[in-house]
This record gives sequence, structure tokens and C-alpha cells, in this order.
Amino acid sequence: MSAHAELLAVRELSVSFVTEGGVARVLDAVSLSLAPGEIMGLVGESGCGKTTLARAILGALPANANVQGGALMFDGQNLLTLDAAVLAERVRGRAITFVPQDPYSSFSPLFTVGDQIMELMRWKSPERSRGRRRRHADRERVLALLRAVQLPDPERLLRKYPHELSGGQRQRVMIAMALLPEPKLIIADEPTTALDVTIQAQILKLLRRLATERGVSVLFATHDLGTAWEICDRVTVMYAGQELETAPIADFFRAPMVPYTRLLLDSLPSSGSPLRGIAGDVPSLIAPPKGCRFHPRCPRASDACRDEHPAARQLELEHQVRCHHPHLQSVVAA
Amino acid sequence: MNAAVLVLRDVHKHFPIRDAWGRRTAWLRAVDGVTVSVARGEILGVVGESGCGKTTLGKTIVGIHRASSGEIRFEGNEVGALSPSEGRALRRTLQYCYQDPGASLDPHWKIGRALEEPLVIHTTLSAVERRARVREVLTAVGLPQTHLDLYPHEISGGQQRRVGLARILMLRPSLVILDEPTSGLDVSVQATVLRLFLELRERFDLTYLFISHDLAVVRLVSRRIAVMYLGKVVEMGETDSVFAAPRHPYTQSLLAAVPVVGGRRVSDDFWLEGEPPNPGNLPSGCRFRTRCPRAEGRCAAEEPELRMLADGTQVACHFA
Repeated sequence: MSAHAELLAVRELSVSFVTEGGVARVLDAVSLSLAPGEIMGLVGESGCGKTTLARAILGALPANANVQGGALMFDGQNLLTLDAAVLAERVRGRAITFVPQDPYSSFSPLFTVGDQIMELMRWKSPERSRGRRRRHADRERVLALLRAVQLPDPERLLRKYPHELSGGQRQRVMIAMALLPEPKLIIADEPTTALDVTIQAQILKLLRRLATERGVSVLFATHDLGTAWEICDRVTVMYAGQELETAPIADFFRAPMVPYTRLLLDSLPSSGSPLRGIAGDVPSLIAPPKGCRFHPRCPRASDACRDEHPAARQLELEHQVRCHHPHLQSVVAA
Repeated sequence: MNAAVLVLRDVHKHFPIRDAWGRRTAWLRAVDGVTVSVARGEILGVVGESGCGKTTLGKTIVGIHRASSGEIRFEGNEVGALSPSEGRALRRTLQYCYQDPGASLDPHWKIGRALEEPLVIHTTLSAVERRARVREVLTAVGLPQTHLDLYPHEISGGQQRRVGLARILMLRPSLVILDEPTSGLDVSVQATVLRLFLELRERFDLTYLFISHDLAVVRLVSRRIAVMYLGKVVEMGETDSVFAAPRHPYTQSLLAAVPVVGGRRVSDDFWLEGEPPNPGNLPSGCRFRTRCPRAEGRCAAEEPELRMLADGTQVACHFA
């Protein structure tokens, strides 16, 4: 993918957290990129750094986090060095919006859904006109979007309180709110994890349709590989704060090259194959293993893996790995 | 054919819904007429979405809730009719395993003491015999003997989970109800935990009632499966035949909603719309009719019974 076609490029981003037990190196030189209109999956097990990466892009890291190095290029500008006022005015919540895992805790229980959406429009409306005209235009825009996310009777919904909605309805409202400022990028962090499978299927279908129609890019963080398969064009897999493999969705599942990715896919429950997990535990991020952080659990680890964090290599078209010993004969047992 | 360990006949559990003044305004029919039997040594999977009553069913079986009506027979004894002391004796062999059994360990107690406690309460074994039993079960769940002298905070979360399981197995139960035992686990850990469940079942001759919302997991471990929707079993049968040819429209949509890596994308053509109705205010007739694409006038008028089909699958649908 050529450089000018990138909407977002994360370059060698390192983030650490100051904790009681010491300094945790939660992101270790992570790189990835997103094209306009692309849905990119960010997959990995708990503690791999997906949420931290998502928050770093949003500029919403907690106070004990430090960015140690790297760059976050968005639309040609480095978000890490951008003026705070510009960031708040033009980028956060406008060009980049967010869909959280648990929509309930993102609403205030004291105000109606309508109050909260209109509050958002006061600050982030794409409408240019002013005064009453703008309020009217904003309201029409909100109602149109609530219909677009297939919520029945949107006028009545605006008068309801968050607790009166079901989990699926709240997530639909969240998606509508994320689309309202007409963003270029939506960051969705496990948006369907709290939902039942039938509701999850509805929401995934909706999110993919809306993103495609409107040409919005989505960075979709999830621990669920099945969900990633459903919605993503490309996937990056992370482990303990390092990214290991990036590939188009079909290649990623049919011909994974990095040993960790293979073991992870083998762990998926499927009938007819024996149950396999991955031996060992996820390392501590306060004293992570040197080199490739997966090496203590990796069946192909060598001295090189212990000493040196592998550089990113392009092995096939759009298929990138950071591994000293990838499986090059990309054959997976059927 | 093995005798049934557990037989449920038309079990109901209704909770009152009260208004702000404590007056009962309606009944929430969490479990509404479930008839199931579990054979010795089998794993029966109970699946359904949140609010379908699967956890209430499990808790009613062990006696955490008292059934509103119906009959629960465990090892031939009617659970509801027992005196408190008989009930205690019964619960030795009927155990309930929460989502994370490790979370129920007392932080002030060493692992050895936590494991020995059920034996002190329920058995007359001598101290030497108790310690031998503790060591045996600890080995079975794959932990070293040195862990007996550690406190829960000194071992990892995965090991705590194993200790919790060991504690459930101390009294040699014949039936264990596993309630969402793998939710919240990463897949690489989930596989290890499932394998442990299967190994323990072999070793201790256990029967499992495996409650889960995760169909892929249930398919992998259970021989028979019961699908619940709003308090009722809508389809029950051999796991393989239910997955190969689901008959009830709800089962069909539930199976269609599960993403299969490398398969057809579910979100391309998922057809089920809407959300389950409020369980405090159920629709008349078939409870799935408000979302069912095949619903007709008959479905609103008449509630379909669970009927046995030729291949042994039971389905509650007029059109199956």
C-alpha cells in the first residue's frame, strides 16, 4: 500500500505505564496502517495492548501512561505533536470517533438519550449554520441516523433514559453517535463482546454496511477471531504489546505464518479436532522477555528470538510478519 | 442404557415483579415448564441467550432457588421434598460450579485448608484420610503438592480456578452443574480448561450439566444439547443432529449467528430481527412468534408442545 493512501499510520509506537509494581511496557514499537474506507481488525488475547493502542490513537491514555517514542500519523499529521486545541477541535470526537465495549457506562444515567445526543451535536456537529436553523438541522440529522441504525420510533427513543434501552439498542445508539460528526475513522473496542450472538450478528452487519456506505475506516479491536472474520478486511495480531502479523483477512486465517497466530487459531473450538491450548502464561509486562516476547512459549524459538525483536518483513503481498522463523510454506491442515 | 441421574418434570420457577410499594404486579417466568433428564456419565449442554433461564434452571436444580412447581429428582430422590439435613447430604453429590470457581476461595485460608473443609463438614474421614484425598484430587487437577501451603494470592488466576474445581470434586459428586465455565477466558486458555473438564469426568465418573451461551464450546463437549428461549426448551437432541439440521427457527437463527472462521460471513445474510420480548410480559402462544419469519395465526393462539420427531430430536414448533 503506497504511503499517500494511508489514513492512519502507527509507526514504532511505544507506551509504558507507571504502576505500583514498576514500569509496564504495554506497547513495544507497534506499527500498523489503515487505508481510507478499510475495516482493520486488531486481535489478540487480554493484555496484548489492543485497548492501549486504541486509546493512544484517540489521545485518551490514562494519566499514568507515557508515550516513549514513535509516531501516530493521521491524515498527514502526527497526532502526538499536534497542538492540543487543534486535536480537541478537529480530531478527537470529530475526525476520529469511538464505540466502546459497554455502552451503558458511556451514557449518563441521569439524562435522556436525546439530551445526550444533542449535547454531542452542540460540540461536534458537522452543520455549518447557526442558531435555530442549526438546531433543527442537527435534530433531523440525529433522527435520520437513528433510523439508519434501524432503531424503531426514533422520536420516542430520544425521550427515553439509557436504562430503558436493551444492550443491543444502546450499542446502536453508540454507533449512531460515532457516525454523527461524519468521522474518517471509527475506533471500536470490543463493541459486541457484551451482546448475545444473534444481536452481535445484527450489529456487525449494521456496522459493516454503514462503514462501507459512508467510506469510514474502522479499527476494530477484538479478542474474538470469529468476529474479526465477520467484519474485517485486514487483521493485525498482537501479543504482549508487540504486533506479530498483519495480513488480508483470508490469508490471515488460511495461511498464517507466525507460530503464535497458528497456535491461536488451533485453540479455537472446532468439532473433529482435539482441543489444543498454548502452553505457558502471558509474560509480565513489567519484566517482559527480551527480543520477541512470545519466544518463551514458541516452539520455533532460537537464540535470535531471545536477543532481538524482529523487524517487520513483507513476505507476501500485504502479508507482513515480525518473526525470525515464520512458516513460509503457508499450508494449513484442512 | 444408563439410568438417569437427574430427572426434571415440568419444572417452573417464577419470580414476582413488584412495583415501588412492594405490590406484586406480574410474574417473571424465568423457567416455565422444563422437562429434561440427564443420563449417568453424559454431558448435557444447555444453551441460550441471556435471560433465557439457563442459570435459573441450574440454580433451581441445586436448590439455590426453590421450584415454583414441578418435580426435580436427583438419584431417585425428590429434591424439593427433602428435610434440611437430607438436603445437605444430597448436595454432597450435586455440585454447582460458578463461572470462576477460583474467585470463591477465602483469601485468608491456605489452599490445603480450603480443600479439606468440605471433608470436615460432610464426612467422618480421619485427618490422615482427608489429607490423602486432598492430595489425590490436587494431583488430578494438575497442581503440585507444594501448593497446599500457599495462599490464593500466591498462585496465578488459572491455578486458582483449578483449586476451585478441586474443591468441588472433594466430595466425589456424581453431577456437576457448570455455569458458563469458559466465559471470559481467552481461547488459548479455554482449550486447556475444557480439556481438564473432560479428563476429570473420565477420572471421577462425573455427569455434567454444561450451561453456556457459547455454541462452539457446547458442540465440542456435549453429546446432547437443549436450546432454551425465554424459559422453555425449544429444541433438544443429539448435538450432532441438532447442529447438522436444526428444526426450530430459533435454533436455526442461533446457529446461523455464530461466526465460523473461514466460512460464510454470517453478517452477509443474517435474517433474525428484533430482540427477545420482556420475560415479564410474554407474547401469547409460541414465545418466538414475534421474531419468527414463519409465524402464522396458529402460533399466536396455541403454544407448541415439545414433541419427539422420528430421529429422537424434540422440537417445540408447529412447523417442525
